[in-house]
Amino acid sequence: MKISNISFSLANPHPRALDGVQKLGLGLAALAMLILLLAFLHVSLPSQGVFLAASLALFLAGALVFSWRTYLSRPAGIRNDGIWFSTLTNGGLWGWMFGIFLTGFYILLYFFPAVLGLGAGGAANSGLVALFDPFSLLLKGQPASQWFVYGALYTLAILAMGGRFLFKYRHNRYQVLRTLSVMFFQAGFAFFIPELMEGLNSDLATRWFDKDVKNMWPLDYDFFDKWHVDNMLNGGFIGLFMFAFGLLMIFVVSPYLTYRYGKRWYCSWVCGCGGLAETAGDPFRQLSGKSLSAWRIERWVIHLVLLLSVLMTIAVVYSYLGVNPEKYYLTRRSFTWIAAGLLAGLGLLTALLQRKFGGLRRNMVYIMAGLGVLIAAVVLINHYSGEKHILFIPASGLKSFYGFYIGAIFSGVVGVGFYPLLGSRVWCRFGCPMAAILGIQQRLFSRFRITTNGGQCISCGNCSTYCEMGIDVRWYAQRGQDIVRASCVGCGICSAVCPRGVLRLENSSADVQERTEAVRAIHIAENRLPEIRAEV
Amino acid sequence: MHIAILGNGVAGITAARFIRKLSDHRITVISAETEHFFSRTALMYVYMGHMRYEDIKPYDDGFWRKNRIDLLRAFAERIDFGAKAIYTREGHTIRYDKLLLATGSVSSRFGWPGQELEGVRGLYSYQDLEYMERNSQGLQRAAIVGGGLIGIEMAEMFHSRHIPVTFLVREDNYWDMVLPPEESAMIGRHIREQGIDLRLSTELKEIVDDGAGRACAVITSRGERIGCGFVGLTAGVQPNIGFLKHTELETDRGILVDEYLRTNIPDVFAAGDCVELRQPRPGRRAIEAVWYAGRMMGETAAYNLCGRPAAYDPGIWFNSAKFFDIEYQVYGHVPARLPGGFATLYWEHPGGRKSIRLVYDKAQGHVLGFNLMGVRYRQEVCEKWIREQAHIEEVLQHLGLANFDPEFFRQYEAEVVELYNRQSGSGLQLRQRRGLKAAVRFLKNAVQPKAYNL
Repeated sequence: MKISNISFSLANPHPRALDGVQKLGLGLAALAMLILLLAFLHVSLPSQGVFLAASLALFLAGALVFSWRTYLSRPAGIRNDGIWFSTLTNGGLWGWMFGIFLTGFYILLYFFPAVLGLGAGGAANSGLVALFDPFSLLLKGQPASQWFVYGALYTLAILAMGGRFLFKYRHNRYQVLRTLSVMFFQAGFAFFIPELMEGLNSDLATRWFDKDVKNMWPLDYDFFDKWHVDNMLNGGFIGLFMFAFGLLMIFVVSPYLTYRYGKRWYCSWVCGCGGLAETAGDPFRQLSGKSLSAWRIERWVIHLVLLLSVLMTIAVVYSYLGVNPEKYYLTRRSFTWIAAGLLAGLGLLTALLQRKFGGLRRNMVYIMAGLGVLIAAVVLINHYSGEKHILFIPASGLKSFYGFYIGAIFSGVVGVGFYPLLGSRVWCRFGCPMAAILGIQQRLFSRFRITTNGGQCISCGNCSTYCEMGIDVRWYAQRGQDIVRASCVGCGICSAVCPRGVLRLENSSADVQERTEAVRAIHIAENRLPEIRAEV
Repeated sequence: MHIAILGNGVAGITAARFIRKLSDHRITVISAETEHFFSRTALMYVYMGHMRYEDIKPYDDGFWRKNRIDLLRAFAERIDFGAKAIYTREGHTIRYDKLLLATGSVSSRFGWPGQELEGVRGLYSYQDLEYMERNSQGLQRAAIVGGGLIGIEMAEMFHSRHIPVTFLVREDNYWDMVLPPEESAMIGRHIREQGIDLRLSTELKEIVDDGAGRACAVITSRGERIGCGFVGLTAGVQPNIGFLKHTELETDRGILVDEYLRTNIPDVFAAGDCVELRQPRPGRRAIEAVWYAGRMMGETAAYNLCGRPAAYDPGIWFNSAKFFDIEYQVYGHVPARLPGGFATLYWEHPGGRKSIRLVYDKAQGHVLGFNLMGVRYRQEVCEKWIREQAHIEEVLQHLGLANFDPEFFRQYEAEVVELYNRQSGSGLQLRQRRGLKAAVRFLKNAVQPKAYNL
């Protein structure tokens, strides 16, 4: 098809020269990048604090000036013109180059922080990390780590690109509020509050634990690690609060909010990974695969990651509990029973609710199989008690396997590095165990769904194309079927780009049983053909 | 039994899908346009770079084999209705037991001088899109003739590529034979706000030849000459039945069919844009070239082709469009000019880009139609009110039931009620705001809960 071929041309076939203001914006952002590059190359900058502040401010200002000019020079509306013509956003040459750049950054960050300038063994920082020292000293009175650099740049990306998103969707209050929310949670809860807390209380910095209250297990996969639990339990009021709040989030807050609003309350309103995907990743959302095989791979991979993360957590907790209740209230034996009991209870609850709501058999088979595997694993761990082995793999080995392949490679290198190639939600869709749990709940018992508006769908495909999770929304919309999919993060873009007002995100327990009834937008209902019914 | 379907647009493909649901008949869909079904209404988004061609195909390519629907890419030249055979330009002979004609439309041309020149084209088919694409390189200005839905789409397409557009509209206001005056004026303002050179009350007189057989300008009824390298002819479409004229098939403007979509020839049916109903339902046109009618006819035709007679019942009129950034929805009867006995309540947002209109019977108060600009309303709720002849005051007090705008969007129903109170001296209160729960409860009281009669 010739028409799609033009998308491979290097430039927009109808370039409109950037105007002066847009060029100014790009220039400011380029200057900011130049400062970071010079620091990375160990060029000594006279006053690092000033240069760092200049770099961060220039980037933010440049991105905002550019996008303000781009979107506010036209009336508010859906502005996706030329997305498939630009090789940056259609998976073409610039997309690949950007992807390689991002991937490279993540590899340095995770595996070669010294290249970024992290001082080894107490040595002073140099290069890029050193550039961030003044900022880190200001916030918490200690030099920067590579994670501080990462956190600052991550937050900057969400704020700058969040600003762009706000300009682009300024006519849509759902999008505006949602974006302000992810910007707020990232800047406040993920970055400034934890850093300032460490600054105010140096004990907290030496006895580190995660102070981002919204970062929940199993996304925060080392929440139950011995060192982490110990640090929280010995971390004074704040530590105990974080431990209690973490448990409350996992077992009460999250299930309740997911029941009421779907997984979107977390994935597209609060979560940091989601926040980056929704802001910095927005130009790439259309690149997610929509094929049935992509969906099949997604279901296997994400649920296997979930299984693995639960198994790993159980094994890790088990490995540090004692036989007698000396340090922890739990012993191995009681933990085994509690874990098995919780899992069995979950199975029972699922079965009961499914019965009530008339659920799907095939889903149940998979869920019960998954729970069965977990319970068997717990019992086996108990059986091998005394040794730190589960199924002959040491718990620590399982942990480091998970940390390396899932925590670093999958969520970081692939998850963000491949934005320009596979879309912005690769990690959320294929890998995030948190998304998997919320998804199962959303699919089976939540009041959230996307409803369709009668027969108004024209099968145009904007909804499916711009779904970052690769859901073929049109498949449902053109049949007038409500959409309840485990993976839907409720970003609301399908509803925004629909040219005929067909899709709406809603929460309601009304008609929850028949909400996914197939083919509602049919014209001829069989019960309107009495003469034919007699025939059949 | 072998059912051949001529045309793979929404009518033909919907028929094929429903035939497969209802039967095991062999199905062959013949089209010269493209190998696979695509959404015709989405062609504009391919040109604008919102989607690729593969994104506007509603079913993935494996769907057809899986559902045993044979696709044949060929151009049907002649049908021998007696021998039940279709002959294609490529030399195929397709023998059928039953035939569905779903050949769609062609762009109308009204004998303008120069209409055959290079660079002059309508927008209906995939080939039209390719033609626009080829002619867009280096294009300095496009002129568009005809102020309907396709004209404004074409204007938006060129505009997205930064190609200046002059838009000639014969009427005094954009699409004012369909839209009531206020909405028509709103869209006119919006077209100009986008930077389109909109010329109202202006007709095309002539397309100027550049000497090499290409269009280089148009001359308007006001005698003005506008230089342009492309002329879009979008003054409507008409049934694509050229090759069926002068056969035994009875045609007028379209293929004539009865309410079971049967033509005058046994075992030959027709559906979609190419159809002209012998007896349209009261208040409806004999030819309705819209996506939704095509889809409903396709489904109806499938029942009839499978020997399960079902009359074509398009239900309560509905349609939708998007004029640049303003979405449009209509349910029921909303005439452009209000006949005697009708009353209307029109609310417009001060920003001038949103409006809500209700049309009702002056004497009885029965609500007859809804017209929405920039606000989304639920089809099923509006239909139920219209079907059940709900009273305007009853509807107004529960107007929130119909609201389908996204969460957190401002709700204007209270302002609509207030406007009614001001105009009529009543003291109504809005009693129902937006919400799925109440809407579902309302719809559940329907006579036939599962048949939404779309």
